[in-house]
Amino acid sequence: MTSSATDFALSAARQEGWNRPPVIEPDGEGELLELAMGPHHPSTHGVFRMDVALDGERVVRLKPVFGYLHRNHEKIAENTSYLASMPYTDRLDYFCSLTNNWAYALAVEKLVGQAVPERAEYLRVILAELTRIQNHASSIGFLLQEMGASGTPLMYAFREREKILDLFETLTGSRMMCNYMRFGGCRVDASPAWLDATRKVVAGIPEFVDEFERFLRTNEILMARTQGMGILRPELAVNAGVTGPMLRASGVNYDIRKVDHYGIYDRFKFRVPLGDHWDIYDRYMVRMLEMRESIGILEQALKEIPGGPVMDPKAKIRGFRPKPGEAYGRIEAPKGELGFYLISDGSPNPYRYRVRPPSLINLTILEDMCLGHNVADVVLIFGSVDIVLGEVDR
Amino acid sequence: MLGEGILKGLAETAKNFAGSFVSAERLTTVEYPEQRIPTAENARVFPFLIYDGTDWEAGMRCVACQICEKECPPKCIYIEKSKDKKPDFVGKMQIYPAKFDIDVSVCMSCQICVEVCPFEAIKMDTEFELSTTDRFGGLLFDRKHLAKSNEYYHEIHPTEATEVDARLAEEKAKAEAKAKAATQAAAAKAGAPASGPAPGAAAPTAKAAEALPASKPAGGGE
Repeated sequence: MTSSATDFALSAARQEGWNRPPVIEPDGEGELLELAMGPHHPSTHGVFRMDVALDGERVVRLKPVFGYLHRNHEKIAENTSYLASMPYTDRLDYFCSLTNNWAYALAVEKLVGQAVPERAEYLRVILAELTRIQNHASSIGFLLQEMGASGTPLMYAFREREKILDLFETLTGSRMMCNYMRFGGCRVDASPAWLDATRKVVAGIPEFVDEFERFLRTNEILMARTQGMGILRPELAVNAGVTGPMLRASGVNYDIRKVDHYGIYDRFKFRVPLGDHWDIYDRYMVRMLEMRESIGILEQALKEIPGGPVMDPKAKIRGFRPKPGEAYGRIEAPKGELGFYLISDGSPNPYRYRVRPPSLINLTILEDMCLGHNVADVVLIFGSVDIVLGEVDR
Repeated sequence: MLGEGILKGLAETAKNFAGSFVSAERLTTVEYPEQRIPTAENARVFPFLIYDGTDWEAGMRCVACQICEKECPPKCIYIEKSKDKKPDFVGKMQIYPAKFDIDVSVCMSCQICVEVCPFEAIKMDTEFELSTTDRFGGLLFDRKHLAKSNEYYHEIHPTEATEVDARLAEEKAKAEAKAKAATQAAAAKAGAPASGPAPGAAAPTAKAAEALPASKPAGGGE
């Protein structure tokens, strides 16, 4: 992997001599200390447990334990109608309910061959990119919180997130559990006033990103704790099925918005930031740069958004029974590839409903990234994966 | 210089701290119970049942069709149909819910009941302070508790309520026209052998206007 794959200056702030390559050499002397980090550890973003075996301060074995937040999402969906699963998808990754809605709506639209009106497609792109910005902002905030910057960066990130959540509330009626997309469009139309408010918020985001960069990019503590830490090699990332900013920080150019062109993403011009050192600092910077690219997409979409209906008038709401068949719809959610796999047997309920959650699959390589690091760094490496337990355990 | 990055970061923090005294942009919180941010117009928290007029029981729009009960994702609605019937807003006799309970602790505010309701009978409230000390009975709202007037709906969701009223008025006008046509046809059938069509056209119109609530057999086209 070379850095020529990208024209981004990811490593501009990198200083030689700060890198601490991980040392993986358990000496085999003495006893190992087995430690259960979690499920109530404050750094685990919810209820997640890591069974860590320690040699002194260093990790020699790590086993992620999932399932504390298991809510039977897939089975519930198989026992309710297609429409009734839509609000449940909000609760998968509760930071980005709108992208979850979109992935599910996309899968069902593929299943029944439903077209989506132009305006609804634009609205979906706008909402998905706003979701991406607020997710990345808060995930960076949490990462720094775990680094010991207690509060300040997180509060700055949340201040910005609040503006985006206010937009969601005005449009969809709810701040986090939006339940907005429908099969064949969106639930309600956006008023011109809402679009103007969005333009105003979008115009303010670059200032926030700049402020955040001045605030942290060259911070010595941040660089010392993230550069050279938690390296994920591209081969391993690809083999493990890692997606999203994690994969791109490992230098693999794979963005489903570019690969699949789902929705109307082929109309927008944006670049895909890639990392070239594969460590936590790259994951942090890739997220920062993705926020900037999202702003670009938002500006284009808000300029071009056409008028017209937001819902296909032929789309059915009640008595929705797809023909027997199967479909897999996937999108680039802020955390990676989010896919819904549906099998229909012609009844009002799906015969099989399967979620491909990015958080769970990105977590599976946690041990490979953590071996040889100190316990304090495990928290950071875990934080850089950016997971939400609602999606891991479903 | 080592520590330069940290100092640069601290400069940003200082800017924000000083800025929070002068700019509302940098101080976004309010003291909640005393100060309140107005809720968004289409905010949704918990469903309520709409009634027209002043009497909640007589004016309730719900006809106990049980579609919302079936579609509700967490299954928090419980409906029992009535044995007798009462006239709805067009005057057609309809059954009504003898029991209509929603469990607040189960409801997830998804608005699916509102979307599937064909009678515009259930809408979302913006009231969010629903906490109670009674864990069981206090969290199960019955139909009397859920009933809110149409005026209240206009107050919380003005745009949406105006649209709904327009739609209902259209429906009512259509139903009235249909009833009128039916009475006219019935009158024409009865009166055709006796008199000419010209006086017969005027009389049934007046009759239809008076006898609208009782026009059930004539306007019975479902």
